[in-house]
Order: sequence, then C-alpha cells, then structure tokens
Amino acid sequence: MASSILLLNSRGEVLIYRSYRDDVSRTEVSQFCTQVVAAKEASERPIVTLNGVHYIHISQNTITLVAASASNVNTAMIIQFLYKLIDLFKAYFGGEFNEASIRKHYVLIYELLDEIIDFGLPQITEPEVLKQFITQGGIKSNIKEEQIIGALIQATGATSWRAEGIKYKRNEVYIDIVENVNVLLSNKGTVLRSDVSGQVVVKCQLSYMPECKFGMNDKLAMASETQSMDKGISIDDIKFHQCVRLGKFDKDRAITFIPPDGIFELMTYRVTENINLPFKLMPIYQEYGNAKIEISLKIKSMFDRNLFSTNVVIKIPVPRNTGKTNVFVVTGKAKYEPEQSAIMWRIRRFPGDSEYTMRGSVNLVTISTEKAWSKPPISIDFQVPMFTASGLRVRFLRVIEKSNYKPIKWIRYITKAGSYQHRI
Amino acid sequence: MAFFSNKAADIQELHVDLNSAKPEKKKEAIKKVIAAMTIGKDVSSLFPHVIKSMETANLDLKKLVYLYIINYAKSQPDLAILAVNSFRKDSRNPANPLIRALAVRTMGCIRVERITEYLCEPLKDALVDEDPYVRKTAAICVAKLYDIAPEMVEDDNFIEMLENLLSDGNSMVVSNAVAALIEISEMRQRPALRLTPTLVNKILTAMNECTEWGQIYILDYIATYSPADIPEAESIIERVLPRLAHSNSAVVLSASKVVIKYMDFVTSNENIRSICRKLAPSLISLVSTDPEMQYVALKCINLISQKRANILDKDIKVFFCKYNDPIFVKLEKLEVMVRLADLKNIDQVLHELKEYATEVDVEFVRKSVRTIGRCAIKLEKAADRCISCLLELISLRVNYVVQEAVIVIRDIFRKYPNRYEMIIKDLFENLENLDEPEAKAAMIWILGEYADRIDDAQNQLAAFLEGLADESAVVQLQLLTGVVKLFLKKPEETENLISEVLKVCTETIPNPDVRDRAYMYWRMLSTDPEAAKQIVLGDKPNISDETCDIDSLLLDKFLEELGRLSSIYQKPAEAITVRKRGYVTEKHVEDEEEVVEYDSSGKKLGMDTGDLLGLGLGESSSHQAKVPMQIALGKETVGVNGASGLQIEMAFQREGNEIVLEARFTNYSNRELGDWAMQFNVNPFGLALSEALILPDLAHGASKYTKIPIVTSGTPSGQAPTVPCLIQIAVKSSMDVFYFQTPMMFTVVLGENGRLSKDEFKNAWSNGTEGEFAHNINSVHSSYKSAEDIQKRMENNNVFFIAGRQNETGENVMYYSARACNGFFMLCEIRMTSGSTGLRVTCKATSNDYIPLFVQAINFLLSTNS
Repeated sequence: MASSILLLNSRGEVLIYRSYRDDVSRTEVSQFCTQVVAAKEASERPIVTLNGVHYIHISQNTITLVAASASNVNTAMIIQFLYKLIDLFKAYFGGEFNEASIRKHYVLIYELLDEIIDFGLPQITEPEVLKQFITQGGIKSNIKEEQIIGALIQATGATSWRAEGIKYKRNEVYIDIVENVNVLLSNKGTVLRSDVSGQVVVKCQLSYMPECKFGMNDKLAMASETQSMDKGISIDDIKFHQCVRLGKFDKDRAITFIPPDGIFELMTYRVTENINLPFKLMPIYQEYGNAKIEISLKIKSMFDRNLFSTNVVIKIPVPRNTGKTNVFVVTGKAKYEPEQSAIMWRIRRFPGDSEYTMRGSVNLVTISTEKAWSKPPISIDFQVPMFTASGLRVRFLRVIEKSNYKPIKWIRYITKAGSYQHRI
Repeated sequence: MAFFSNKAADIQELHVDLNSAKPEKKKEAIKKVIAAMTIGKDVSSLFPHVIKSMETANLDLKKLVYLYIINYAKSQPDLAILAVNSFRKDSRNPANPLIRALAVRTMGCIRVERITEYLCEPLKDALVDEDPYVRKTAAICVAKLYDIAPEMVEDDNFIEMLENLLSDGNSMVVSNAVAALIEISEMRQRPALRLTPTLVNKILTAMNECTEWGQIYILDYIATYSPADIPEAESIIERVLPRLAHSNSAVVLSASKVVIKYMDFVTSNENIRSICRKLAPSLISLVSTDPEMQYVALKCINLISQKRANILDKDIKVFFCKYNDPIFVKLEKLEVMVRLADLKNIDQVLHELKEYATEVDVEFVRKSVRTIGRCAIKLEKAADRCISCLLELISLRVNYVVQEAVIVIRDIFRKYPNRYEMIIKDLFENLENLDEPEAKAAMIWILGEYADRIDDAQNQLAAFLEGLADESAVVQLQLLTGVVKLFLKKPEETENLISEVLKVCTETIPNPDVRDRAYMYWRMLSTDPEAAKQIVLGDKPNISDETCDIDSLLLDKFLEELGRLSSIYQKPAEAITVRKRGYVTEKHVEDEEEVVEYDSSGKKLGMDTGDLLGLGLGESSSHQAKVPMQIALGKETVGVNGASGLQIEMAFQREGNEIVLEARFTNYSNRELGDWAMQFNVNPFGLALSEALILPDLAHGASKYTKIPIVTSGTPSGQAPTVPCLIQIAVKSSMDVFYFQTPMMFTVVLGENGRLSKDEFKNAWSNGTEGEFAHNINSVHSSYKSAEDIQKRMENNNVFFIAGRQNETGENVMYYSARACNGFFMLCEIRMTSGSTGLRVTCKATSNDYIPLFVQAINFLLSTNS
C-alpha cells in the first residue's frame, strides 16, 4: 500500500519521513516536496503522480501529510488514514498539531509510525489503546509485563477501543448534539437545497465496561417500539463510530455499544426533510448603472422567542471597486471591510422571533478593465444553543454495568451555520 | 530542541556519545542520529556504534536502534548480519510479546537477502505464537518476506500458514492475514489462494470485530471473489450492508464496492430496489466529508452511476457546487451532474450551471459552459433550453465564456444539423477576440460548414489567413478544410481565396500534415470537383454524450477496484504500477541538487540520500558506472524555425568497450514528429554517430527511448575539451532543427588500453606529464570502504591500478593510470586514511587540459555507485 509517509511544512521541508517499502526512494519523494508543496500547488489536486509515483496528500495548519505509493492503492483508505494521523497526534500532543509540536515530539512520532502502520498497511490507530504501550517518555518501568500483555490482547481484540479497569469516582456522560445547517437560497428566496449534518459527540467518564444503548426521536426506530404521539424525524443517513454494533442497528435500528473512554464522536447523521431554518434573509440589491448600488437587507430569526442566537455575522458582498460606503443599522455593528470585499454586519445576541434591517449604499469607482462582478452569495454565520434545525432529540441513554452504578447524564444541543448562503 | 537547528550534530561528537557508558547520553545521541536521518543526512558510518546499543533492556532505545537499522542495513549488509543474533534472541523473549513482535517486524523490514535466511524460522514460530499481537505482526511479515524472497514463501508453506490464520480466533490476526494475501496476490499477479464459500464465511464473521482498517482489507478481498450462486451473493450483500453505516468513509466505499459487484448476481427486482435504497444515502453522505475524500467519492459515484444510473437519479441536488468547494471537487461534481441530468431535472441543472458560469475561476467557468453543451447533446428534448441558456451567457460578453461557447456550439451543430443556425449571429455580435486555438478552429468549422448561409463567410475566413503560418496546427488544418468547403459551395467568388490558402499551406507552413492535406485537396479539386464535393461535404458520423463512456467490461473492472488509483485515474492497474517492485529509477543529477537544499547545516556529511532505503549497493558497484540522463533539449527550447515542444534527455555511457548515447525523445508539441536525423559537431575525441539515427514517428505525447551507437573515428577538433566536456549536437525532425549540447562524463572515453607498467608510470609521473591537480573527495560513497573496493570500481571503469603501498602515517596510497581514446594519458594518486570517509586525489595528464575532466571523472566514480 503506502510506500512511505511524510510530514512536510509549507516550504516543502521534510519534518518526518518514514519509509515502509523500497519501491519509492527518498530522492524521488523530494520531487513532490519541491515541485508541488514548495511550489504551492498542493491544493490543486489531492492525488498527484510524478514519474510513476503517486502522492496522496492532505493539509492542516500548514502541515502537509503525504503518502507516497507505487502500487494501485486504495486511495480512500489512505486519505482516511492521513486524517486519522492528525487525530492521533492531537490526542498525543494535547490537541496541538503544528510544526513546533511535530519537531518537539519527533521521536514519539517515529515510534507511533512504527506501530500504527506496518509494510504500508494501517494497523492499530486508537489513541486510547496505543497510549497504554506507547507513551511520552517511554513505558514507565513500573508497568508490569502482564499489563503490557493485557494491553496487547485488548488492542487486537474485539473491543480494541476501550481498556479494562477504568475507574471513575463520579460516573458521568456528556452528550453534545452539534448540527450544521447548510442552505442555499436563490436570489428570490426559494430554497434550492438544504440539509443538516449533525454529530453526536460524547464525553464518557464511566467505570469498567459499560454497555450503552442510545435512543433518539428517529422515526424508523420509534415506529417499532412505542405508540407515542411524537412521530419522530426522518434521518437520511447515519454513520457510526467503530464501537457501535452495526449489525444490530441494521436489524432493529437500536444503537448499542461499549464506549471508548473520553471524548469520541458517537455518530454523524444527515437530515434533509422538514428542516427548521433558523434565519430568513430578505436582501434587495438595486444597481444604478456602474456607479452605485443600494442594498437593503432584512434578517428575521425563525426560532422560539425564548431562545437566542449568538455571534451572528452576516457577510454582504459588494464589488471590488467599491469606493465610499454608507451603512446604517440599528442593532449590532456593520461596516465595509475591503479585504473581505463585503459589508460585515455583526450582532452579538439575536433573540428568537425578531427582525432587524440594514440599509446601505455603495459608490463604485470606475475601473475600465474590471471584469463583471461575480456576485458571490450573502453568507451568514451563527450559533443557536438549545436548538436543533433537524428537530432531533435525545430520548434516552441507558447504561448497564455489572457494578450497577447510576451515571449522571448531561445533554446539550447547538445549531451552527454550515454553509448558509443566499444568492443575490 | 536543537536537533533540527543549523548546528547539526557532528558525526564525531555522536560517535563519542554513542559509546558513552551513560544510557541517557547514549539515548540522546541516538535521537540526534535519527534527527539527522530525517533531514536526509547520511549517518550510515555510525552503524557499528549504533548497533552496539541494540542489546538493551530499554524498549524505547531498542525501537530507535531498530529504526536506524531498517534505514541503513542495506548499505551495511555485513554489519547488519551482526544484528541477526540479537533479533533472534529477541524473537524468543519469553516474557514480553511486544519484544517478540518488534523483532519479527523489524527483521522483515531489513531488505538484505542474507538476513532473510535467518528470518524464516523465527517467522514460523511467530505465526503460531500464543499472543495474537505477535501473530498479527507475523502475518504482515509474510508479505514482506515475499517481497524480498518470493521463492522462500512459495516453497516453505508460508501461504498455507496464512490460510490457517484465516481461521484464527482473533479478528485482527484474520484481517492482517487477508491483507498479506492481497499483497502477495498482487506481487505474483495471480491469486495466492482460492477463496471458497467457507473461507468467505469465516472472514466475514471476523469482519464485525475488526479495526476499521481490517474491515477494509476484508471487504476489498471479498470484492475479488465471485459468488457461486444467487443465495450466496444475497447473503454476502446482507452481511456487508450494515458496514454502510460506518463512520470511516473508506469502509463505506469498500462495502459499496462489494454490494455493487454482487448486485449483478441478484435477479429479483424487488431486492435490487431495496439494496439501492440503502446504498444511495450512504453514497450521498460521502459528498459531505473532507474535500479529499469527496474527490475520491465523486470519482467513484461517477463510475457507479454509469453502471446503475437509477441509484442516485433523485438526488442530483447534492452534487450542486457550493461556492467555497475546492476547485477539484467542483470539477468532479460537474461530471456527476452531466451523468445524472435527465428531462426531469434539466431546468434545475441549467439554472445551476448558468450560475457557475458567472463565477471567477476561469477553469470552472469554462467547464460549466462545456457541461451545458454536453447536456444539450445528451438530452435531445432539452437541447432548446440548453441553447437558450448558452445564449444568455454569450450575451454577458465575457470573452472566455464566449470562446468556450463557440466550441460547445460547434458540437451542438454537429449533433443537430440545420436546427440552431440562427444563433451564429449572436455569436458574432458578442465575440470580441478569438485567441484560443480550439475556439478558433471551432469558429472556422462553423464558418465552413454554414458558408452558404453566412453572408460574408469568405471575408471572415479570409481574415484568418493573415498570420496563418504562426497558428497551431489545429487552426491551420481547420482553415484549410473550411476554405475548401466554402469553395465547393461558392466556387465563383472564392477562387482567389482557395488558391491563396493552398499556396500558403504548401509553401510556407512547414508542418507535413498540413502540407499533405493541402496537396490532397489541391489534387482532388483539380481532378474531380464533384467527387471532392461528395467527400468533403458528405455526412458526418453522429456524436453523442455516451461517446466518452467506458467500455462495460472495463467499467466492471474499475468498479471492482473502486477507490483504488486505477478507478480514480480510469486507467488499468498495470498503468498505475508502472515500475517493477523493488526497483527504483536512477537518480537524476538535478534531484541530487534538490536534496542539497535540505541540508541547512552546510556540514559535509555524506549526501547520498538515495541509500536511505538501501538500494542494491553491493551488486551494482561492480558494474561499469552509469551516468544519469539529463535533459539536453528542453521542451521550451525553440529550434531554428522557432518551433518548440521536443524534449530530449541524454547521457553518454560506456558499455563494455563500446560507447553509446542513451536518449529519450518525448514529443510535447501538438503534432506528430518524424523525419529524424542527428549529427555531432566536431569534438576533441572525434565522437560521431556510427550510423544514421533510426527513430519511429512520435505522436503527440509519445516518448521513445533509444541507444545510439557512437564511434570515435570521427575527425577530432584538435581543440582542448571544455569542462565539463560538452558535445554539440544537432537534431532534425519534421518540426524543426534543434541545436544543443550535452555533457559527457570523461569515463566514457577511457579505453581498455590504459594500463601502464610500473616503470612507464614512474617515468610519466616525474617527466612525461604537464600540470598537477590535487582534490579532496569528501563524500566517498559508502560502497567503497576499502582500498580493494576502490580498486575494483576504478578497474571496472578503465582506470587501472598500478601499485599501492602503506606509508609511514598509515595512509593507503594507490596509483592509477588511464588513457583517453585520443591517446592522452592520465595518471593519478589516491590517498586514503583509514577511518576517514574522505580521499585525496592528485592527478596528472599528458595535457593540462584533461586534468579537470579526469578529476571530475574520479570524483563521479567514487561518490556514486550507479
């Protein structure tokens, strides 16, 4: 599969280089460093082939992660693995992933790269498991060999993501439902497409080996169990963490699992039906020849009046050749920001069921060579706590453990703007 | 940490620290060695010192030492053997499975054949170890062993042992055995094992408990199996479907691959529908992942919907582009949109495309315009709507949009002749400037095709005549045909035009294709104009959007390899794995310079990074030196007549007693090249071609490698050679004549008659030569450790050993002689201090002019092993 794995900085310098097969040489790989990464062309295609060597790469925080291969690799697996690497390094370096942290921990990274991929084939990549036998500063000498053996058996076993013998004084579970609403509205305000992509993030502080069952108002799951009035919502697709028993879910739509310790993403889902859009925009662009544009924008919050949205930022694009602007708002602050080519309107707190207006005029400087203005959409950023655009609700989380403790459960909901755009 | 800073670790210092008694100091030193290795420095000379630390109880230290050994074992095979005993000892460690596994894993990574003999026995033990971690490591190690010594695996029952592991109680052991079998099957290019229903059943059971990667290996393996009957296919689909809900997109994709393949065996329409209902949402979710994953997913979805168009036909909206999608995602989405466009959704699609065509990214805009055209060709009933959409875009008068529209409209005209001619008027009104060859050619095609309906077609076409010689061949050919069509339609008014065009095409334009075609038309028109009419104005074959579809057999192959590079590039797997296993192409000179950039310290450590992977050092150093090819003629370099696009890489080589010129010709121009000839300018060594250059015609993009025999019987120039020695060459092709020069390594002209007797040498050293030049070679290649190694290398390249001695200071002093083909003698003295990696070379020659070349040659011989 992968012949070598590299971590590069934005100048194309090698921070980490680990080779697994000798069908690709280091000298060849340096071609990718100079011709693609250093030449800033890496963002053009995620898969590049130079002289018969294929480079699959992703980037984060100016670091490029590359897998080089000369064989017919499974590209999806490689891409997923590279993203997994970032997660793993973050788990090891206290959430950091940047050039400094990579340089600081290079010995540990080599140790990890030796363990998590063998002959180019990904192996054990669960941070919680790896941490038992690969640690900062080495395995402590007081760890007994039986413990290592235990860790290894577990690492290769059926519940590789959870270690034995975890113990908490207070057994707690935090569940965060985070939804991103993606909407595209036409210039007339009709919804061209809308969907919600949500995730359920769980912070699990439970002792021993708890058996969990998670329930939400999923239409299909509820149809089979209760005659409640609530019909539930229809979920297009759900993807689960490795720990969830997929066979069981496929059979009777029950979500059962033994959770990993700490924070993990239990599931992601997508909903496209009956979405409650939190905001409605009503823009009017009036163009007066090539000299002036008058803009008025009304924005209305569509959620319950007890709730409120925070950090609302509306980006109202204007042409590049904007000269003088006049912007008027009653609530929040709005001003023209040339580097964004837009009027940015910021409202710190936006209560439910209310409506605000911005009025502005833009004088255009005449530039003969300027191409026609591409009219990017108005976009909006926000978050609404305790609100789900999909209408999803957690119904229960049952925890069963032999020692029979009663965990405390916390649930939070939040809806954020994904790509929330209104064409003009 | 100072390891990466400019104050690089000094080898000498590391040497001392590695031998320190304090374990902490030792560990720090090894860390520094690893850091130096990371940035590409050659620290292989420390091998004996690092290896001493191997037998430590400290696991961290052991891992670092192992990492080092993997990197340098190949360049130090003799020393690597020393490590074998420690490995074997570790592989029998009774207490700690981690150490057992580590030893087996590392031994498998050492690609020295002699070590593999010692690997077999511990590997066999490991495959049946009581600990699953050791077994899962051993399974992969079998694939590693196959890569180095396939016969050992085939003959020694290893494949059977892997098969046994498929029944292992531990799921990770099973999935790694599967991964190893896949790898081995690929290396031997036929299945390592025949899957049976029982085995499939076993590995599917293991899949439910595997790591995500293990699930991928198993699913990919199942995708290569063909079910025996319908019930088996259905039951496998049923067991694989739950995987579609996995959070790892690669698992989802591999599961989809199995389902898509096995669906061919399902006959019940009801079952197929229900499978599709489950498949569709999973595929759609892949389009909201990370952009790189989206890219792969979109490529795969494109293939899937070619096979089963109905799976996603209701979901076209998901594939609409978002404003901030990366460009590579947007372009793929457009492909899927054409694929899914039908009469129900075409209005939506056109509305989107129109929106995209006003964005800023030129590449995206063009492709959007082109996509509108493809929709028009695909959906006859929607063609009207597509055309009006194009007209709207044309009226925006953005020049590259209009040009792209011209190209699109030509295709529409071909598909639907005599239907949309009225839009020609709009095209002309909004077109400011045609500057792209393809758009020009399209416009000329339209003018020629509709010459009878466009009033001033002859004037329009005549306008293109100006500057025709500088146009690209597409435009030239198209104008020629266009004017012929015009002439056949309106012979009276255009007689002057046609004769002028024919004249220009046959006399001024050098391109043989254009000339040939012009002559052909000329003859046709002068002998039988009626026949010409029938031929030129005859019916054209129809075009359709399915033209670019993939052949169904090939499509099935791509679907079976869904997500792998072959399916992404839509090329057969053989085209993806172009190189042989274990074979690494020779380094180019430029590459070595690139590596130098990474050495920020400027310290003179060995720079040969190529052997980090350990290439075949031992064997190849005994051969004659091989000079890497260099680009002698760049594709941008213009020839005598101003044309460019031919690239030639070259290197002079000595093969046995012959000189050859290795060359690779690549045609980057947009025409076919032929009519080859080559000649050398006079040079100091009398090098000349022994026969005329024989080379086939090269189509656009084609490349040809050839070896051209060279003789030294030409007339020598009598002048002193340049340094480096450059040979001037002229190459003639049908496109143009090119002059360039290429360097020749001096070793190439050293003959086999260069050995002097000791007396002759003494004589020559003290009297018979002029000049003397001393040079230090600091980075002697690690293959030449002893005086014998050096002697062997030199003798193989016609630099002959005369005598050697050890002097008072312990230096090894050697004397060599050589003779160039034009009779000049070269002498040299090499001094070597034991323990140091550097050499001192002092050269003399019959003529002063040759000393630098000789020094350069020796430097080349001793600092590379190619």
